[in-house]
Amino acid sequence: MLDYITSYLGMNTTPGQAGNIFWATVYILVVFGGVSVAVMAMNWLERKALAHFQIRLGPMRVGPHGLLQPIADAIKLFTKEDIIPAEADKFVFWIAPLIILCASFTVYIVVPFGPTHAITDLNIGILFMLGVSSLSVLGVVMAGWASNSHYPLIGSLRSSAQMISYEVAMGMAVVSAILMTSLNKTGTGTLSMIGIVQAQQEQQVWFLFKFFPLGLIAFIIFAIAMVAETNRAPFDLPEAESELTAGFHTEYSGLRWSLFMLGEYAAMIAVSSIAVTLWLGGWMRPFPNTLSGETWDLVFSLVPGLSFLGLALIAFIGVARMPKHAYFRIQTIGLAGFGAVLGLIGLALFAPPVRDRIQDIFWFVAKVAVFMYLYIWYRATFPRYRFDQLMKVGWKVLLPVAIGVLILTAIVGVIF
Amino acid sequence: MPEDPKSPASPPSGEPKVPAGKPVAGAPAASAEKPHAAPAKPAGPAPVPWESPMVTKLKRQYGSGMEASTYLGQNYLVLDSSITHEVLQILRDEEQFDYCVDLTAVHYPSREKQFDLVWILYSFARNERVRVKTMIADGEAFPSSVAIWPTANWLEREVFDMFGISFDGHPDLKRILLPDGWRGYPLRKDYGIIQQDQEWVQINLGIESGQ
Amino acid sequence: MADPITKDPTSYLSHLELGEPDKTFLDSNELIINMGPQHPATHGVLRVILKLDGEKVLGTECVIGYLHRGVEKIAENRTYTMFNPYVDRMDYVAAVSNGLGYCEAVEKLLNVQAPPRANYIRVILTELNRIASHQLWLGTHALDIGAMTPLFYTFRDREEILKIFEKYCGARLTTHAFRIGGCQYETYEGFEADVKKFLDFFPPKIDEYEELLTTNRIWVERTVGVGKISAADCKALGVTGPVLRASGVKWDIRKALPYANYSEFDFEIPTGQNGDTYDRYMVRMQEMRQALRIIRQAVERIPEGPIMAKVPKVMKPPVGEVYHSIEAPKGELGYFIVSDGSTQPYRVRVRPPSFVNLQALDIMVRGALVADVIAVIGTLDIVLGEVDR
Repeated sequence: MLDYITSYLGMNTTPGQAGNIFWATVYILVVFGGVSVAVMAMNWLERKALAHFQIRLGPMRVGPHGLLQPIADAIKLFTKEDIIPAEADKFVFWIAPLIILCASFTVYIVVPFGPTHAITDLNIGILFMLGVSSLSVLGVVMAGWASNSHYPLIGSLRSSAQMISYEVAMGMAVVSAILMTSLNKTGTGTLSMIGIVQAQQEQQVWFLFKFFPLGLIAFIIFAIAMVAETNRAPFDLPEAESELTAGFHTEYSGLRWSLFMLGEYAAMIAVSSIAVTLWLGGWMRPFPNTLSGETWDLVFSLVPGLSFLGLALIAFIGVARMPKHAYFRIQTIGLAGFGAVLGLIGLALFAPPVRDRIQDIFWFVAKVAVFMYLYIWYRATFPRYRFDQLMKVGWKVLLPVAIGVLILTAIVGVIF
Repeated sequence: MPEDPKSPASPPSGEPKVPAGKPVAGAPAASAEKPHAAPAKPAGPAPVPWESPMVTKLKRQYGSGMEASTYLGQNYLVLDSSITHEVLQILRDEEQFDYCVDLTAVHYPSREKQFDLVWILYSFARNERVRVKTMIADGEAFPSSVAIWPTANWLEREVFDMFGISFDGHPDLKRILLPDGWRGYPLRKDYGIIQQDQEWVQINLGIESGQ
Repeated sequence: MADPITKDPTSYLSHLELGEPDKTFLDSNELIINMGPQHPATHGVLRVILKLDGEKVLGTECVIGYLHRGVEKIAENRTYTMFNPYVDRMDYVAAVSNGLGYCEAVEKLLNVQAPPRANYIRVILTELNRIASHQLWLGTHALDIGAMTPLFYTFRDREEILKIFEKYCGARLTTHAFRIGGCQYETYEGFEADVKKFLDFFPPKIDEYEELLTTNRIWVERTVGVGKISAADCKALGVTGPVLRASGVKWDIRKALPYANYSEFDFEIPTGQNGDTYDRYMVRMQEMRQALRIIRQAVERIPEGPIMAKVPKVMKPPVGEVYHSIEAPKGELGYFIVSDGSTQPYRVRVRPPSFVNLQALDIMVRGALVADVIAVIGTLDIVLGEVDR
């Protein structure tokens, strides 16, 4: 028994490939737990960052600087009345958010946090991710239909039309990145997520910079399409409040609505992971080739620890700036505790055995975090596209450019 | 002697603070509210006849039914109700008054022709503003100016809503500010200041007292 | 006699030429959608009934009157001075302008002239109010189109103007700043310094708003060509203000029929060419800059002197009528006052720019998409307090 459990350790494949159910389950729980925590953190970050863009503070009361706000939101949503419209199709109404949730979470089984840090590594990894994330369109249509009211129906039809339109452009951009994986010695490309990053490692270039500017353009197309795919600003007409149709999730309240929100944020993180894997070198540290060698490796391996220590420092600066009033004592203590925890994690990350294992995960997560921040930044800055303009951009601008990039990548790949 | 129950903080009679001149001196003559009290100022402004090429041209056609005057530098025409619609058309077509600034009414219940209909017109080309007034009786309908200036659409609806004056030929004459089923025309002088259509309020807002 | 609004909404739509009521909305191509009166984007209690063919608008009908307070009836029961505060509450965003129009109309009736110093103070406050009104317009209009951030920036900067108002007359929004005959309050200690500080503080802020929006590709796509109205239509419909100027007509009451002492100041009238939403946006941004120009000239030249003309305490204007209009931030705001010689006006008619401009909504959104209706309502810059009075 114990042998079975420990048999995986020391292997250099993912538990899914090794067939070790125990460790696969452990990885699944860790990843899903991590994604759920990430969604909550994203919720907090969105409110705070958006507020700071708009010269206001955002949540400040629930926990120091609003850090416990997502928990308060979750409690509120769980305890809300579950309203189902009278004529709604109950089964479909119930299952729609679950479909979106399952589709958004299932893709995480192939997301590569490191060369062996993934739940499994399907040899059709990227195809699997794109395919399963498309299933959420079904959930959107079901949600609009089951609400039995024409505003949600129109909203869901628009939303689904938008999502499937941008998937085409996304797919084309992905294919051009896959083409680049085949430019190695053996001439065979790979669809597996870990294989794509390893191809970048082997070719010693992030696909972002390969065949400049083709890789860059493909990345930009994907970056725009992924924002539209997840119904986020500036493509959020189907769910904006000041428009006429309030979106497919109008009739959902409380827990069911929070499932939609969870699914949306999980989808955002998932497509960002695709972008990171395909173009930004996945788990590789920055400048793996120009700044290579033992010393640089050491320097970069210290970055995770330093970044957590930096966050701890910010937390302690926040503690110093707290008003010296009895009312704020609990918040000050809480923030100090939070800072202490961050500091301890940072220190722990300096230890050599931890350092080596954590490196890959840290760089991957850091790159995805940059994308999350970009999502929030877009929301704060851009007005909304009108629906017909949105569809025009998807079909008449992104798709032709994506096809063009694909053809040029193929030609250049053959020539060089 | 408290003469004016509605004037602002009127002090009791004989107070020294009243500034010199003007109407308070005339107040003892008005023991009750008289709508047409004459001003105490001897050389007050008065309407003077308005001479202009446009007026001359119109007078040649409609001499009997019209009067053109100027008061405080603002020109106005007072017309018979029968010729008003044609004159308005002429003003738009020939005299370039292409902008209908406003259309409103005033209610004089003690007069035989109770309502004053007032058009305020402006010409961009001539940078000139003119007022056209006519008098109609209660219950009399008036031809609509919507065909002349599309602005008049909502303006006439408001006059209908507030005064009850119907306009023939208006595409969609119904109440605009008050709810559709309201009875009564509030800006008439016989409509009280806090009067409401109590039945409507009771039915639609569910307030028992109707207020 | 039940109210048709609650019982039969289609009774309102006579002019939209409805046929048989639809059985289900999927049976026919036309859809009747109701926006408001409670809606985040209609800037107040406005109800718009849209007849749609898919996404395209075939016709609209505005139902107003939810904020009707009977201001004109009230005027007949108050004296001229007592009615002054009521006037602010109509266009509550630009209250100073409302007060200016009313006071000047009554001054015309009484045949008095406000002294020069009062006129300068009036011009400064009115132009500051113009900037504040346009800032509120910009924030809410951008929010309707989806850009959330300019709202917060404009409201923050508007605070500076409201602080000046508060220091001057005690109120930020419904200021009741002027009196018949001039101004009641002398400028406070440091008024000129505050205004000059604002004049230095504000131009980079307009640049900030422009940076966020003017060349933003999404903003341009949402506003260029949307809600077009030609100059001829504007004149025929009586539309005034920035909407008229954006259609190419260079007309501003401050230049055409000057009031207060606007003829002493040197400023330009910005115009647009196409009469679409983008041009209206540019015209209002330029108007803010021109307003700064006027304030700069005014604050440097304020003369000393009395601030109130000799008006009797109990005002009984001679029998007669007068119509006086000003260029409010939203268009031509006019007051038609009929006096019967008593202390109370016989009739006060307010010619509201938003009411007349709102009529043009139907023409502007024919053939546009639903999302554009919201952009056009925003660009007309209506305040329901003024539409309904």
